[in-house]
Formats: sequence, C-alpha cells, structure tokens
Amino acid sequence: MYGGGYIYEDTNTNNQNDASVNDAAKLEAFEARIAAGEKIEPSDWMPADYRKQLIRMIEQHAHSEIIGALPEGTWITRAPGFKRKLALMAKVQDEVGHAQLLYSAAETLGKPREDMINDLISGKSKYSNVFNYPAETWADTAVIAWLIDAGAIINQVANSKGSYGPYCRALERICTEESFHLKYGHDNVVFLATGTPTQRAMVQDALNRWWKPIMHFFGPSDKISVHNTIMMRWKLKMASNDDMRQKFLDMYVPKIWDLGLTIPDPELRLDEATGKWNYTEPDWEEFKRVINGDGPCNKERLAVRKMAEERGEWVRKALMKQEERYITPLA
Amino acid sequence: MKSDSTIKSLDPRITRADIPKDENLSINITPLDQWQTYEVFHQAKKGDHHIHVGSLHAPNPEMAFLSAKEQYARRGKCVNIWVVKTADIFTTDFEDEDMYETNNEKMYREAGGYKVMERINKYKKEHKKNPEEAKQ
Repeated sequence: MYGGGYIYEDTNTNNQNDASVNDAAKLEAFEARIAAGEKIEPSDWMPADYRKQLIRMIEQHAHSEIIGALPEGTWITRAPGFKRKLALMAKVQDEVGHAQLLYSAAETLGKPREDMINDLISGKSKYSNVFNYPAETWADTAVIAWLIDAGAIINQVANSKGSYGPYCRALERICTEESFHLKYGHDNVVFLATGTPTQRAMVQDALNRWWKPIMHFFGPSDKISVHNTIMMRWKLKMASNDDMRQKFLDMYVPKIWDLGLTIPDPELRLDEATGKWNYTEPDWEEFKRVINGDGPCNKERLAVRKMAEERGEWVRKALMKQEERYITPLA
Repeated sequence: MKSDSTIKSLDPRITRADIPKDENLSINITPLDQWQTYEVFHQAKKGDHHIHVGSLHAPNPEMAFLSAKEQYARRGKCVNIWVVKTADIFTTDFEDEDMYETNNEKMYREAGGYKVMERINKYKKEHKKNPEEAKQ
C-alpha cells in the first residue's frame, strides 16, 4: 500500500548534480528522453530537483509500507480462523518486503538507508497519513486491505509508467503482489457484509471510520497541491491527486453500494452531466495536522519502529562478525 | 503490571513489549548499521539464464541468500538464486553507452550482411538459354 498525498519538504539528497542543475543543454536532453518514454537510470545525469523529489517520494512510499504493516498487524493475533491468520501474515510480510524494495530504489539516488530510518523516526520524513489511524476491529483490517490497497494500486499502476527505472521496476513487482491483497480484502468485507446483523454493523462501522482517511489518501486537492506541473512533466507523478480520487470513486463506490453498505458522505453522488463524482471536500487542515504528528497513532507508530531498530541492533551487530565461522567437527 | 509510562496499544504484542512513551523520538543509526548491499539473480526454470531481480542488504552471503529467498522467491517458480556483493560488480555507466554504438554498423558479422540472391539471379539471367534458340 502507499500514500499518494506527498508533503513537500527538504531531503538529505546527494547533491552531486548541483553544479550542473542550470545546464540547459543537459536538462533539455533529459526532458526529451522522458518525453520519448525512456527510463532514467541511477548513473544518468538528472537535475538535482528531480533527484530530490524522487528520494522524497520513494522514501515516503517505503516508510508507508513499513508503517502500514502496523495497523494491519494489530489483528494477526486475533484473526478469526487459521486461514485468515495465514493470509494476513502473508499480506503483512508483503508490505514489509515492499518497503525493502522501495528503500533500495531510493538508495540508488544516493541517500543511505540508515539516513532514511533516522529521518522516519525523527519525523523529518513522512509516510502515508492513513496509517496514523487505528484499526479498532477486525473489520478495519478488512476495509484497509480492500479499499486502501485499492487506492494504492491505482496510484502505483499509474506511477509504474513513470520515468525512473528502479522505482518503476519496484512498483511492477509490488503491483503483482498486491492483486492478492485486494481480493483478500474484498473477500473479508463481503464475508462480513453478507453475514449476521452484528457482522454487517461491524463492517459498516469500520467503513464509517475509514472513509475520511480513504478520501485523504490520494493527497490534497489539485486546487491546493503544489509542484504538480513539473512532477508531471518529469513523469514522477502520472496523474493528479483529484484524478486518482475520481478513478477510485468510479471503481469502488458502486462495489460498496452493491453490498448495501452506506458511505458517510451526504454529498457523494455521480454527476451524470460531467461524469465526475461530487463529494464533501475532505478536511485538508486535519490532513496536515495529522501528517505533521498530531494524529491518533503517530507517536505509537514511530515508537514501535524505534523500538524495533534499537532492540534489533545487537542482532545486526552480531551478524556482522564474519570472522567467527562454524567449522564442521572432525569426529 | 504495566506502568503508565509505556504504550498501551490495540495490538497486544506492542503492549507486551513495554515500549516507553517517548515524547522526543529520534534515533541515530550509523553507516553500515543496515549492512552492505547484494544483488540478486533469479532463475525461474532450469536451463534459463539467471536474471537480475533487485538488491538487498545483508551482512554476509548466507544471510543475503536467506533474504533473497524471502524477498525475490516467495512467489512463483524459482529453481536457483545467485547473490553477488554489489561492490564486486563492475559495470559501465550509461553515459558511456556510445561505446556500443558501432555494433550494428559491422554488417559483415550479420547474416543480413550477405546478399547472395542478387548475385545468383543475375548469374541465372545472364546464362539462361533463350527458349527460341533452344528449339533450333
């Protein structure tokens, strides 16, 4: 899964291209290559800002995968039934694996993984806002796996056609794996929605809780979002936040209504004339407040990440002792 | 008994971990904490070439293999994996790709560089007996 709503910020970029950023001829050749659909590879010349934007994007994406494993992992111990427990563990393992792929893609741009982890825990780098909300019941994990992953796939399929080779290759692998997440999530939601009144109420509650984060998921409205033009020319971003939100609504609102579930937005309806969805504008002040640290779970998420790094440190150190080798006994 | 100074989570595993509530989160892991990188090559079927599928971090080749198996071979078919320390791979820069430019100019190394039919047809045409002459 993945967050589309990026917040612009400085990153610790490897600014090896700073001196040549104003090199008009190189920039022109670079943009021509992108326009022709070529992929940019790590050792190619690139404008410093392209590098910076990419690091910011891919790093946020990686952090989202690794933090996203936490709300879903919440219910592994109490998954209803062995099959669902196995499936949820496999899904969470996938998310952590996706983080590894993405960290590697970001590293090709010159930011070491250690710096990315430091910046995640200090709050300097962000991750998808949705993971700052709690998964209160089992039904929350079903809604996350179905609808957040659905949003992620829309984002990632678009971005896998982007311009940076390593990121595109990572996204292709990620999308292949996530098709299972979507089906798994849908299966869980359908099971609850077609079950007992208690189960239906449970999934409706979860949908009510998650609708706001889902609408936030694609990032601030195009009206207030910055940096889109150059991001799109450089094929870092392949569709605007609002276009992706519309695509998501097109694909999933009918499926939700099909199950007899309601969506907690009285304004939500398809405008037949324009073919676009009308909806209540999400609260972007809340979005900013939560992404900057003031959400229900921000502190816990980062404290857990920090704990994992700190308590795993001795294992990482011990494994580095390569001179200690096991020798097969002679007798 | 849990004290108020540790995190109470919806996830019982996190509550059990006794993680202190820390208002000023920061960490300073240093270079190589996450180990060096390896490149992974994956063979889907016996007889195929190994194909590069990505990289990972590991402290030694054995751990690189374990991670490669989890990361790049936990789905689909795989019969074999190679892991190679990234530092041991020598590669050319894309900036130098012009060194391969003349590849397609050396037609004498290509099957298409040899056009025998033109010559055969010309020969046949010159030596073909005129049917009228043959009757006489």
